[in-house]
Amino acid sequence: MNRTARANRITEDLLRPLLHTTWKFYAAVTILGALVLMGLLTWLYQMMNGLAVTGDNWPVFWSFHETNFVFWIGISHAGTLISAILRMVYATWRRPVTRCAEAITAFALMIGALFPLIHLGRPWYAWWLIPYPSERGIWPNFRSPLTWDFFAINTYLTGSLLFLALPMIPDFAVVRDRTKGLRSKIYGLLALGWQGTPKQWHRLETAMHIMAIAIIPVAISVHTIVSFDFSMAVVPMWHSTIFGPYFVAGAIFSGIAALIIAMAILRKTLHLEQYLLPLHFQNLGKLLLTMSLLWGYFVFNERLTVWYGNTTHEMPAFWSTQSGTYAPLFWTMVFCNFILPFPFLAIRKMRTITGTVIASCGVVVGMWLERFLIIVPSLSHKPLPYSWGEYMPRWPELTIFAGSIAAMILLYTLFAKFIPIISIWELKVGEHAELKKAETVAAAEAAGELV
Amino acid sequence: MKAVYALYPKPQSAQRAVDALRSAGYAMGDITILSSEPLEEYEFGQRDRETRMTWIAALGAAIGLATGYFLTSVTQNLWKINTGGMPIVSNFTNLIVIFELTMLGAIFATVITLLVTAQLPGRPSKIYDPEVSDGKILIGITDPRDSAAVQRALRAGGAEEVKTI
Repeated sequence: MNRTARANRITEDLLRPLLHTTWKFYAAVTILGALVLMGLLTWLYQMMNGLAVTGDNWPVFWSFHETNFVFWIGISHAGTLISAILRMVYATWRRPVTRCAEAITAFALMIGALFPLIHLGRPWYAWWLIPYPSERGIWPNFRSPLTWDFFAINTYLTGSLLFLALPMIPDFAVVRDRTKGLRSKIYGLLALGWQGTPKQWHRLETAMHIMAIAIIPVAISVHTIVSFDFSMAVVPMWHSTIFGPYFVAGAIFSGIAALIIAMAILRKTLHLEQYLLPLHFQNLGKLLLTMSLLWGYFVFNERLTVWYGNTTHEMPAFWSTQSGTYAPLFWTMVFCNFILPFPFLAIRKMRTITGTVIASCGVVVGMWLERFLIIVPSLSHKPLPYSWGEYMPRWPELTIFAGSIAAMILLYTLFAKFIPIISIWELKVGEHAELKKAETVAAAEAAGELV
Repeated sequence: MKAVYALYPKPQSAQRAVDALRSAGYAMGDITILSSEPLEEYEFGQRDRETRMTWIAALGAAIGLATGYFLTSVTQNLWKINTGGMPIVSNFTNLIVIFELTMLGAIFATVITLLVTAQLPGRPSKIYDPEVSDGKILIGITDPRDSAAVQRALRAGGAEEVKTI
């Protein structure tokens, strides 16, 4: 197949989901939309009746909503960070993966950032976090980790959206040229008059390289700062210097798992078998294994230090997770994050698409449990025993959580419907590099230069 | 006639066309080159590589850093609140906000430089063909001095068809 034919095949394959809509799409949007609506209505119910409708009560006032906040921010680390690192090291296999990953970041961040607002009870006061002086001239407290969250999440969200959007411009131009009527006009507007001059290409690639350099430390800072929400407080098992890297490692871990699941679903539903290859799952599986080992190392460090310290104010929280109320959740987490993924990811024959997806499903569940186990047992066992208490979620937080999962899938579905989920131009670059290599080898063989 | 162009399926033939046009007396800047992917391994794809985007990004970062520093330190001095025994201007904690605004400055500067220098959104040039999106490379000249010479040069690159506007 020659260069133009290859380019055409790529374009047609990747534009197919945009140009052809099946009943499955409408069914998925309807069901997911209903779940999102249910979540929103529950949030409204919570706003009208107060946080008392949730299981939040003395002494556990941070629970499900904070768990979801940390969980979604963690999931967001799949995309932009992985994509930026792969771009920086010029990993050629990254091309079909980057946009799938970057989209996860954008949507997971949006959903994650909603949870502090949901937990505000009165979300209309959220603007107090904005660095804007009130009528009394008081500015937000820049020493507060919650204000740091505002800056970190917004910087990461802005950077990630731009990092996602910039490489889409040439693809919008392709859709503009391939369609007619209103659709062509809309994509023409989104393409910003892109033509593909050498100058435009070079500026885009330079910008992406600079953005990749800038976004990596921002991504790491985001989850470090999320960990500061906990580690800055003198609460049993929170006040730890390991929390920053521990949270970052956990975030990347859960992010890669979410990416593998999303890629497997896209591969199946959009028939992208030619582009999302077993190699991509293999490579991401290796990364997931590395992060699983790193996560295990951090958990061991964290737990050993607390156990060895044997301080009276920390041990009740510690034992509640090892052999007390929260032990079943703790050991399920260890199973999901470490024991289950290990054979699927470490044994080469088992590191198949199915194997990596099973391991990833375990990791996503395990990492949600990890977030829950960081927050709730510590608050349940503060230093003074008279203030101990248990937490049990009620239907509002469960419904809102279900709504957030549906929102993530819905946004992703809509994204894949309206935007090529794999970067067309980046894929062409990869295909043509391979073609050029094959032509060079063929020419050398013909000239008798290869033995 | 406002423009003459041809479409090439291979970058090698596009390079030959560019070389022929230059032999015909056209400067590199006069030749329109459009493709659906970056082709930097070819000489014609190397055009307009010079950019100060990195320096502008660094400048954006510096502006972000200064903004972060003044936003935190000036506002903390406006209403002096003792928080947990920390200094009024607590640079240790302010570093987090300063860092985020520094990176935001670099990101914004990069994107603005991209949009300005790549002329996005821009007016479409006189020459464009949707076949570029199908993988073909467009080589052409706007307002040619000698249309016949341009057509000969474009055919020298291996173009099957030369189009005029």
